[in-house]
Amino acid sequence: MKPLKIVVLAKQVPDTRNVGPDAMKPDGTVNRGILPTIFNPDDLHALEFALQIKDKIEGTQVIVLTMGPKRAADIVREGYYRGADYGLMVSDRRFGGADTLATSYTLAMTIKKIGDVDMVLAGVQAIDGDTAQTGPQTAEKINFPQVTYVEELIDLGNNEITVKRRLDKGIEIVKAPIPVLMTVNGTFDKCRSRNAKKLLKYKYARTDTELAREEDFIKELVEQRSYLHIPEWNVEDIEAELSKIGLAGSPTKVNKVESIVMKASEAKILSDSQEDIDLMVGELISSHVIG
Amino acid sequence: MDGNVFVFCETDNGKVVDISLELLSSGRKLAGKLNCKLEAIVLGNDISDIEKQISKYGVDTIHIADDSRLDPYLTLVYSKIVSYVLDKDQPQIVLFGASSIGRDLAPRVASTLQCGLTADCTRLEIGDHLERKTKVEYKDLLLAIRPAFGGSIMATIVNWDMPPQMATVREGVMKKEVFDKNYKSEIINIDLSDLISDEDFVIEVLERHMEESKVNLKEAPIIVAGGYGVGSKENFDLLYEFADMLGADVGGSRAAIDAGFLENERQIGQTGVTVRPKLYIACGISGAIQHTAGMDESAMIVSINKDKNAPINKIADYVIVGDLNEVLPKMIKSFHKQAQ
Repeated sequence: MKPLKIVVLAKQVPDTRNVGPDAMKPDGTVNRGILPTIFNPDDLHALEFALQIKDKIEGTQVIVLTMGPKRAADIVREGYYRGADYGLMVSDRRFGGADTLATSYTLAMTIKKIGDVDMVLAGVQAIDGDTAQTGPQTAEKINFPQVTYVEELIDLGNNEITVKRRLDKGIEIVKAPIPVLMTVNGTFDKCRSRNAKKLLKYKYARTDTELAREEDFIKELVEQRSYLHIPEWNVEDIEAELSKIGLAGSPTKVNKVESIVMKASEAKILSDSQEDIDLMVGELISSHVIG
Repeated sequence: MDGNVFVFCETDNGKVVDISLELLSSGRKLAGKLNCKLEAIVLGNDISDIEKQISKYGVDTIHIADDSRLDPYLTLVYSKIVSYVLDKDQPQIVLFGASSIGRDLAPRVASTLQCGLTADCTRLEIGDHLERKTKVEYKDLLLAIRPAFGGSIMATIVNWDMPPQMATVREGVMKKEVFDKNYKSEIINIDLSDLISDEDFVIEVLERHMEESKVNLKEAPIIVAGGYGVGSKENFDLLYEFADMLGADVGGSRAAIDAGFLENERQIGQTGVTVRPKLYIACGISGAIQHTAGMDESAMIVSINKDKNAPINKIADYVIVGDLNEVLPKMIKSFHKQAQ
């Protein structure tokens, strides 16, 4: 089978799964600083999908692409540790404030710039927004068909791929042509763990921005071994129109953000004693809520 | 803004599904406030009785394509047709269900039309927006309200400059209400002949297995729900036992589903199902907005939590401070003792 060039879209996200009370500042805004950043969980499944294809078709290239602030280079390194062949960052202050439409435009321009891409894989959604929109919007912009909610690779053929999709109330087996964009569900196989050899090999992979602040021996190392250099593309590199990126290219804007003031409580606070519980159950029965 | 309110209606075996009927009711209200018409786009196979199905929800115009090629749903085919109708008619608001079809279709359409899309809204209102930078006030915009950032905040999203304003809403969030059972709709048949071509059918559905859901939390009068605090899948057995006794159904928070304690279809909250039972018993649920958005209209709420200050306690009617593994057996005992 012909080797494929696969781009995996990966996002660095704040770990919103464990948002505690201290995640909110007194003024009601989110204290992003205290939340650890992680590789978006669904995107790890997408990486695993790409690596499974690479296992089946020799010569397949897996490229991890991330868009985000400079520190998102961690995502590219993580991709290398787990088996990606190349990594790429798109990072520019002018991309900031992008909603899914502007993000998908930026990603689409990058994919076009990479060129000759056969397959784009992304997680269904990112946990900091849960919109599941960026995948399909990117597919539309690069004019690829899309298959969403993929949970299993069934078969790979010449220029076609068969997968299982997870729907609200069932599953679907679909055959798609290549090129195609697929979004990968959290029910797909877990991503393989870091490979010790690759961890050693790519430990010092750096973007230029990071390199500027590094010690000399790392600078020299990256100069000698070009695979350690993580490309960092900006607006000009991907030839993006300014009106379509960042805030300017985002139709959806925040009107207001509020932390929720729960309605005033009239709750009866009870202990876990049998007497208290009998009291409550008795009240629920006599008011015909239960029984 | 000008234009009407549009709702994309999803069909299943010729029947418009619940989420779409809920959105028609919601769209009817928005259209009323904006003094414009409510229009529906219905695609499917064998849906000739469509007026009988949806006119009563107050639909002024139905755009219909009834064609065997429209079943099963295919992204490219549907997005082409929907984008064509929206581009031609320039609505101001378009609503989609946040189902696996809606969440596949709406972003593709939004990208085609270069417009904004807000996912999983829990409230839709009409209101004004003052743009701070330019001091321009935009009147009568769609306020798309949704929990964000893992459910720690509630965000109101607007789109004033790249119409239409589009939003998706999960099933059960809006209420399905008949507007006028004698309401009459105008029918417009969408001409597919020049619209879709072979290249839109490149993805082939080989098999489809729909599982009749055993779970119907939306209709359950009593729900026993567990969170991450339940601790394990095994510990949920106690919740099931308790629920059986009460004739209740079991649900869970996203944290419990993510931890693998429960099946996906039992998730309650913004990205799950919205419920309004007469009694909601929350066991070991802290109560992030993501979760409470899907259950805070329950008639009565009991919270069992070790943490006296858990956010969910603020909306509860009864709070039992304690370990659910001790509290539930006592409740079961108490019920047997008192119920006759």
